[in-house]
Amino acid sequence: MSDPTAPAREPLLTLRGVKTFYGNIIALKGVDLDVHQGEIVTLIGANGAGKSTLMMTIFGNPRAREGTITFAGRDITQMPTHEIARLNIAQSPEGRRIFGRMTVYENLQVGASLDGGVHFEEDLERVCTIFPRLKERLHQRGGTMSGGEQQMLAIARALMSRPRLLLLDEPSLGLAPLVVKQIFDVIRELNEKDGMTVFLVEQNAYHALKLAHRAYVMVTGTITMSGTGAELLADPQVKAAYLEGGRH
Amino acid sequence: MSGDAMTTRTGAGPAGSDLAAALKDGVRGALVMLGLCIPIILLRTDQSQANELILRPRVGLVLIFCALIFILRFTLSYYGVKWRTSRRLKAQGEALPTVTDARPTWKARLSAMALPAFLGLAVTYPLLTVLVNGGLDPSRYWIDLGILILTYVMLGWGLNIVVGLAGLLDLGYVAFYAVGAYSYALLATKFGLSFWICLPLAGILAAFWGVLLGFPVLRLRGDYLAIVTLAFGEIIRLVLINWVDVTGGAAGIYSIPRASFFGIPFTAGEDGFAARFGLEFSGMHRIVFFYYLILVLALITNFVTMRLKRLPVGRAWEALREDEIACRSLGINTVSTKLTAFAIGAMFGGFAGSFFAVRQGFISPESFNFLESAIILAIVVLGGMGSQIGVAIAAVVLVGMPELLRNLGFMRGFFGAGFDPNEFRLLLFGLGMVAMMVWRPRGLISHRDPSVVLKERKAISGSLVKEGHG
Repeated sequence: MSDPTAPAREPLLTLRGVKTFYGNIIALKGVDLDVHQGEIVTLIGANGAGKSTLMMTIFGNPRAREGTITFAGRDITQMPTHEIARLNIAQSPEGRRIFGRMTVYENLQVGASLDGGVHFEEDLERVCTIFPRLKERLHQRGGTMSGGEQQMLAIARALMSRPRLLLLDEPSLGLAPLVVKQIFDVIRELNEKDGMTVFLVEQNAYHALKLAHRAYVMVTGTITMSGTGAELLADPQVKAAYLEGGRH
Repeated sequence: MSGDAMTTRTGAGPAGSDLAAALKDGVRGALVMLGLCIPIILLRTDQSQANELILRPRVGLVLIFCALIFILRFTLSYYGVKWRTSRRLKAQGEALPTVTDARPTWKARLSAMALPAFLGLAVTYPLLTVLVNGGLDPSRYWIDLGILILTYVMLGWGLNIVVGLAGLLDLGYVAFYAVGAYSYALLATKFGLSFWICLPLAGILAAFWGVLLGFPVLRLRGDYLAIVTLAFGEIIRLVLINWVDVTGGAAGIYSIPRASFFGIPFTAGEDGFAARFGLEFSGMHRIVFFYYLILVLALITNFVTMRLKRLPVGRAWEALREDEIACRSLGINTVSTKLTAFAIGAMFGGFAGSFFAVRQGFISPESFNFLESAIILAIVVLGGMGSQIGVAIAAVVLVGMPELLRNLGFMRGFFGAGFDPNEFRLLLFGLGMVAMMVWRPRGLISHRDPSVVLKERKAISGSLVKEGHG
């Protein structure tokens, strides 16, 4: 997959020929994908295209049956999930998966457990600046917050480990347009200010493509198209498949 | 309640006025207690030698109760648990913070009171029974009951680590109790090791078995885990029955050496406990010692659990209970987290087991059947998973109540001479469970309330938060 906009240096995350199966059913049919340092890369596609599977495959759950996944020069294909996380890849999983009966503060503590919480106070300050709502609700149980707040918490929890790569799986899922905008603004800001590398899986193609430097389109387990966000946004096929019908 | 004491304490007054007010409060409480004691406790009716009704005054007891009330009331008052003050202040137009309100809610205040009250009761319990029953020997039943309850409190707290914190449903917890009991019994009878050496050994062995159980069930959760742990409990019991050479089979192990008071035996002889401390020999000394031993063991369990809860490993346990996948993707090693939960929970089960063996002096596989596991689990669930004080209350209710029901002999008056209250204990137990399911589905004390709430009424109860995916 040649990509004219890709910087020359080694990509941070590389997937080559990744195939993932659920039992005998093939979910990813050989995916090639690159994420470079400092980029926002988005993966768009319809329901069941395999976007979330790809996200979870990067984390080794389910494991790729064929192909290789490389992060920062290391082959992580066969690594256990928690060790992959220890390479400083953080994830805000699909459906958020916050710890509902623990408080916001405790959720963030668990997020910071990678390095034993040495930077905890500092990072807490930081995520509270990014998401002032969380500061208000620090001692409230995660499960009692609104969907948008929970999403913020999921991202904040991921940020607590000071990741080199942030994986976001459908952060806009089930959120009001205004909240979606807020979340996407935060992602942009993280990237522009802190140089955070973000890999974003989205159904909300319009917002995702506007935000992303580069983007991939996935259809039934295969990457069918790639390019800059602007290119794909203007592409008639993408327009017809993902943008028509007021999807934003 | 007169108001003058209250009004002197406006907001953050000087410490002196606080002290004075607290003293007043304590004295008032003690006076009320005195008033109540006079008709209820002061006079005991007895039969004299001549079969006449005589009244025996019990001034000492009344004074003790009054002193207890004074101390309790004074402490509560002085350390900021003021029942009506805050309401009164509000009425006077004091600016009270209402938005992020950091003042403890009434529930927090209740638990702040409950803890010292429980602890005080637990520590003074033998003394109280002696005072009420008028002597050491008549209180034997009550102190034994206290020991039984505390054993279950400890088991409940141990299992709470596995079930309440880590969310791993363990139906075979009694296996570790058995491992601990047999460890002590075998080490003591075959090798003559003392209780104080065997206690840590029993804990280590039980922890080892906990890890051994943990390995095969690492990938299981919820129902599947429950079935396997249930089987594990049964396997241990069947091994104990069938491995006759070592365990003595169904007959069990007899004459297990009793614990000494740190080297001083509880015997009537010269160097016995009673002689050394200049007391008159009584078999009850040992019982009272056992009571305090299990109390200390239980408190250690509680203390360790509370500490662990605040450490990263405790957070990891709770996170594991909530969502295993999220845990893993945050870099938590779920394998070691689960194994530590199993091991530490099992270790406390082992401690309790060796205490059980040393207290009974006789153990057999009968004591470690599935019903025991079920009761311990019921204590944890009824207490409210993850709540320490809830587990203690549930143990008192579930173990103490059925025992007290044995004393329902007077019910024969209603149900005829054939009525045996023992037969109905389990029925009442079941009724209690059903009542709990209906009214407090998340346990007596549902897991930690949020400490910051917008307004008291709006505090969202635990029942509205979704359960972790089992």
